[in-house]
Amino acid sequence: MIRLLPAGDTAVSVELGDEITEAVNTRVRALEFLIQTERVQGVLETVPSFRALLVYYDPSLVGYDALCARLESLAERATTAALPASRVVELPCCYEPELGLDVDAAAERLAMSRDELVGLHAGVEYLVYFIGFTPGLPYMGGMPDRIKLPRLETPRVKVPVGSVGIGGPQCCIYPIESPGGYWLLGRTPVRLYDPAASEPILLRPGDRVAFRPVSRAEYDEVAGAVEAGRYAPVIR
Amino acid sequence: MISILDPGPLTTVQDLGRPGQLRYGIPPSGPMDRAAFLLANRLVGNDDNAAALECTIQGPRFSSDRPCAVAVTGAEVGLTVNGTAAPLWQTLFLQPGDVVRMAPAKAGVRAYVAVAGGIDVPLVLGSRSTYLRGRMGGVQGRQLVKGDTLALVDGPLPRGARVATGARPVYGDEVTVHVVLGPQHARFTQAGLETLLGNAYEVTPNSDRMGMRLRGPRIEHTAGHDIISDGMPLGGIQIPGDGQPIVLLLDRQSAGGYTKAAAVCSFDVGRLAQVKPGHRVRFTAIPVDDAHRRRTAWLASLDAAIEPLT
Repeated sequence: MIRLLPAGDTAVSVELGDEITEAVNTRVRALEFLIQTERVQGVLETVPSFRALLVYYDPSLVGYDALCARLESLAERATTAALPASRVVELPCCYEPELGLDVDAAAERLAMSRDELVGLHAGVEYLVYFIGFTPGLPYMGGMPDRIKLPRLETPRVKVPVGSVGIGGPQCCIYPIESPGGYWLLGRTPVRLYDPAASEPILLRPGDRVAFRPVSRAEYDEVAGAVEAGRYAPVIR
Repeated sequence: MISILDPGPLTTVQDLGRPGQLRYGIPPSGPMDRAAFLLANRLVGNDDNAAALECTIQGPRFSSDRPCAVAVTGAEVGLTVNGTAAPLWQTLFLQPGDVVRMAPAKAGVRAYVAVAGGIDVPLVLGSRSTYLRGRMGGVQGRQLVKGDTLALVDGPLPRGARVATGARPVYGDEVTVHVVLGPQHARFTQAGLETLLGNAYEVTPNSDRMGMRLRGPRIEHTAGHDIISDGMPLGGIQIPGDGQPIVLLLDRQSAGGYTKAAAVCSFDVGRLAQVKPGHRVRFTAIPVDDAHRRRTAWLASLDAAIEPLT
């Protein structure tokens, strides 16, 4: 399915499905990639999300109907085959309860040990569906069904920077201090958002993220290296 | 160099914004009232994208250490130079040591101060605009404080000009803005959409560069107010479960999970941004092609707005 819906006078929303799945999200990112590589006339920028691509355009360069026709024809070709290979970004994550503020409560709720929960959470690679809400925040899917939990009944007013959280079928990482309703399992010392860096945002839509469990001592060591500007994230 | 003697409640450096970063969760930022911003820059001979000051409710008190040209547009802030009243919407030539001051706005919310050459702060991701929540751009990612000094880009002094009287906006206590319905207008009942388009909504004090919260008759959904989170367009009118609209503006979140009934047209976002808390907004829906015609006319009106000083 494809649905094109106006979003004001300078954007159009292209919906490619009605569900949160890797298959639908892949088509969204493939459409974005095709728009970039084919340099579609009049397109200013694109914003992928779970199942839709928001396309900003300059109406003095392209009309609404012409743009929609072009996007519709590109959407037909928007498949996995159109996309370059994913990067895998490895993030050290400390799951000790002093940093993973909800790790023990989540394990108890799931009727498993902390080690079991950590093993399941760190045992898979997550797909970054899109980045949003706050600068650099990844919405990630691919979590094992066994550790799905509803969101916290009372969201936190302030979630510490670097917290790794889960809620429903999703996992996210908080790049800046913000409110949040996810269960916090651990924390990464790597900066996902650094306004002073030449590339302030670490993760991109379509990346895969692998969490590597680390001790508190290693967390502190990496945090020190990040602070001193001596840390380069492992990307493969 | 400009020295900030008193910054006013919220003054930031802005240029036309930071395009291309919404896919990383970074909003465009830039001036809330693009028309007033552009005209301020043009009055001092700058490119449209030169960095200038956006002042909220009250402007700053500042002085310059060299002869320079400035222009103040937007909200009616009661401008003086060395204590003598000076006109808005017009090029002013300053001598070293002259002190410019602005009283609280009598009408409108945001005033723009452009200085010939433009304000020279570092480019961050291609823009000088301040994004306060992300602590990015402008002066160290923050609002101006007393004692800040702002370097200027060197340039020749312009010829004097002013915005024709008929081309200046009038800030009333009820403003009608154009919207395009969608993307989720189908998630509202017919009565819900009629409520949105048939009533005045009051601007609440809980409004900022990210969004404007409005209060008025409840807008009815068909079934539920949550959607699968998707991109948030400029001017997007999202309506959460309480049925009260929130209009998302220049520092908006890139994506959101509430239904969006409509989006305010680009050419009316600036007029909306000048509506004071307690004043009212009405929405009128137009088709996309009509919006594009009006946008073209708006851009042409800005090009024709400036006349030389005689």
